[in-house]
Amino acid sequence: MSDPRVGLVLVSHSAAVASAVADLARGLTGGGPTAPVAAAGGDPDGGLGTNAELIAQAAHEVDEGAGVAVLVDLGSAVLTVKSLLADEDELPPNTRLLDAPFVEGTIAALVTASTGAPLDAVEAAAAEAYTYRKT
Amino acid sequence: MLDSAFFHRWTVAVAAAVDREADRLTELDSAIGDADHGSNLRRGFAAVVDAQGEDPPGSPGAVLGFAGRKLISTVGGASGPLYGTLLRRTGKALGETPEVSVAELAAALRAGTDAVAQLGGAAPGDKTMLDALIPAVEALETAAEKDDTKDDAAAAFRAARDAAESGALATVPLRARKGRASYLGERSVGHQDPGATSAALLFRTFAEIAEVAEATEAAG
Repeated sequence: MSDPRVGLVLVSHSAAVASAVADLARGLTGGGPTAPVAAAGGDPDGGLGTNAELIAQAAHEVDEGAGVAVLVDLGSAVLTVKSLLADEDELPPNTRLLDAPFVEGTIAALVTASTGAPLDAVEAAAAEAYTYRKT
Repeated sequence: MLDSAFFHRWTVAVAAAVDREADRLTELDSAIGDADHGSNLRRGFAAVVDAQGEDPPGSPGAVLGFAGRKLISTVGGASGPLYGTLLRRTGKALGETPEVSVAELAAALRAGTDAVAQLGGAAPGDKTMLDALIPAVEALETAAEKDDTKDDAAAAFRAARDAAESGALATVPLRARKGRASYLGERSVGHQDPGATSAALLFRTFAEIAEVAEATEAAG
């Protein structure tokens, strides 16, 4: 059994966006197996929104014991994750909401997590994505 | 004193009120939000009623805590974690005591409202549910202290309802500073905030349930 890696959960209002960003990050990470990443998009009826149960399920699925990093788009995605974190038994221990841009932050986080880096390093890499200016 | 049966009836009545008002809430939300407030809250409170069953748990705190958790897991929009946090934190503040006074409820709702403000990062005047919640809690606190209303739960809840409804109406001229409506800037002015409107519904329902309880006692 290899060392545990940080797992990633991607929370978007859109199921398609969450799973496409997961695919994009896996594709750009390349080079062997990546850290576990799970998409949790859409509301409980399959529409646009947030599904707390899906988020909790995804977090447990990617948890290898090294911590779970949650990346979110906006609004209810942010608030739902924060309220789940406020309740101690909903998410695996050492689950953290990252303050990062959704797409760029996810790619940075997955590349970093896939090297076996700890949660602090994954969080720092994702947050650093904010500093990259495009113009 | 308010027991767990009172709060159990309240959750059922809120679900019915939200169901009745869902179209209006969604209409308000389609003007400045994403047109899902009514349908999201309807799904959430229907799930609460469905999951809690006929028999209330032993304490008001447990009823509210259960409802709050259910809202967070079923609503699907920002109102889920916000109302979920309000009820859970209020329930936690009430603890496991089997009966609570209006003053104790007011103090617990104050803790719940503070938690909502912290979660959403909003302040009074930002055109959010807080603009109805905060005046309602203040009115409930005041009524719970006054000699002529402190033993009259129905009167205290009526005061809270009136304050919540005035607060919701007072959001019309405000410019939204939180949530999706804030992207609209000046165009959010002139519309009543859907979150403040649904918050007022919670207090209108408290007043209705307390009046029914009062009438039942008088008849009994």
